[in-house]
Amino acid sequence: MAPLFLSIKLASVTTVILIILGAPLSWWLSQSRSRWQPVVQAIVAMPIVLPPTVLGFYLLVVLGPHGAIGSWWVQLTGDTLTFSFVGLVIASCLYSLPFAVQPMQNAFESLSRKNLEAAWTLGASKLDAFLSVAVPLSIRGFVSAAVLSFAHTLGEFGVVLMVGGNIPGETRVVSIAIYDHVETLNYAAANRLSVVLIVFAFVALFGMFLLNRRWQSR
Amino acid sequence: MSRIRLKHSIRKGDFCLDVDTDIPATGITGVFGESGSGKTTLLRCIAGLDGSQHGLPPVHERRIGFVFQVPQLFSHLSVQKNIEYGMRRNSDAVVSVNEIARLLEVDGLLDRSVTELSGGEAQRVSIARVLCQSPRLILMDEPLSALDERRRNEVLPYLDRLHAETSVPIIYVSHNIDEICRLSDHLLVLDDGKVVAEGGLQDTLTRIDLPQLGGRNSGAVIEATQARYDEDYDLTLFSFSGGELWVAGRHESTSARLRISASDISLSRVAAESTTILNILPAIIESTLPETAATELVQLRLGDDILVARITRRSLQQMKLCAGDEIFVQIKSVTVRR
Repeated sequence: MAPLFLSIKLASVTTVILIILGAPLSWWLSQSRSRWQPVVQAIVAMPIVLPPTVLGFYLLVVLGPHGAIGSWWVQLTGDTLTFSFVGLVIASCLYSLPFAVQPMQNAFESLSRKNLEAAWTLGASKLDAFLSVAVPLSIRGFVSAAVLSFAHTLGEFGVVLMVGGNIPGETRVVSIAIYDHVETLNYAAANRLSVVLIVFAFVALFGMFLLNRRWQSR
Repeated sequence: MSRIRLKHSIRKGDFCLDVDTDIPATGITGVFGESGSGKTTLLRCIAGLDGSQHGLPPVHERRIGFVFQVPQLFSHLSVQKNIEYGMRRNSDAVVSVNEIARLLEVDGLLDRSVTELSGGEAQRVSIARVLCQSPRLILMDEPLSALDERRRNEVLPYLDRLHAETSVPIIYVSHNIDEICRLSDHLLVLDDGKVVAEGGLQDTLTRIDLPQLGGRNSGAVIEATQARYDEDYDLTLFSFSGGELWVAGRHESTSARLRISASDISLSRVAAESTTILNILPAIIESTLPETAATELVQLRLGDDILVARITRRSLQQMKLCAGDEIFVQIKSVTVRR
């Protein structure tokens, strides 16, 4: 069960980071009329279409002990980023970014600008209006973003394999463990973990759609 | 009397707003103009939502209340939380939420969700919300235009009350001359982004040289006091500087603002005796101006007040009416605006 808990830990940390960093990014994407907006939009969406191995490969290069970020990390902490939990978190954040950004961006885009203008004229600064009006009114987008990034991180395999490897307790997440069990023909163990993932994925998505429907009918 | 300077210019595609004027720092200033004349843009510039804001404080530090056409309540907050939103963000706002809620009669709605409110209630809540931020100036952008006739009448009396009970200057934008006549003390007429007239309501309304105030918009308002009520015929007699006027129905207020449309006045050289028209008063012609090929507008002085009449050019010529002539005005209908 250790891989399962590691997966949940990884997905939780990734989700929290993605919501915190993804919200301002989504806000910018939803409000900006800059000519860079479509460029950033495309970059954010790339992990959806790229094979995970491509992302994994470049992350391995950049995060590795001789890479731009990896070497700096080694100087700072003495540890390598690749084949570590922190490295996995960085990889997961990039890999799941579009799943966090798109629901939040959609929610922000459906807000009425006049509603925000009302908040500003009532004395709320831009940041205050964002936190007190835009975020609560976009709560559906935040829930979708959290569920999707959590579930998507839980389900990743290729990137994790390339960046994290298979170190028990550190990078051996549930998808790797299942692959391992199959490799060693331990079908019973593979089945146990897979069933847990199937049930979880269904419950999470079902809960999200149910919640969405209830909010819609309000 | 102190005044508020309005100096704003902004270009939006083909449209260009260029305003440089000042308005009194008390009462309600009506901003009248056709749609597309730049009324809303002017308000947005004053609030800091549009236009160059170089060197000016940001929107949220201006303390300028903005009442939008659609109330713009925050749907995730209760009525009470909505009303308190601005107050919490202006720490020196010394207001009583209860008092303001009572003024607008939304005190019974405080616990409700804003999604349960009718259009008229929602607009009243949004006005209460603006008052609670204790603004230095209130901007109202056609606050009644999104409401149907019945809902409009649910809000209008509260605007009257607001006018009577608050000292905060209000700029009220509308393309509805009746609302302007009822609410404002001062009038600013906009056309294609420029101020074409500005002054006291009565003086400005009775200018006959402004095509923006022509057509069905032409007419005058006069301030009158109630003289007596005739129970037998259900008529109220009002007196003003130019004489007395009978108005149908019973009116409670001792002082009233009466609206007389230019099309409801006809002129006669003699005081007709056998006529159904109740109100016939002596007047002096101030000036005349051709309006269309068929019609003329005539400015008439009655005491200290001015009325405007629309007559045909033919009548003007046949009766040889000129400025300075003494004449009788026959007033077919008078409406009480306040």
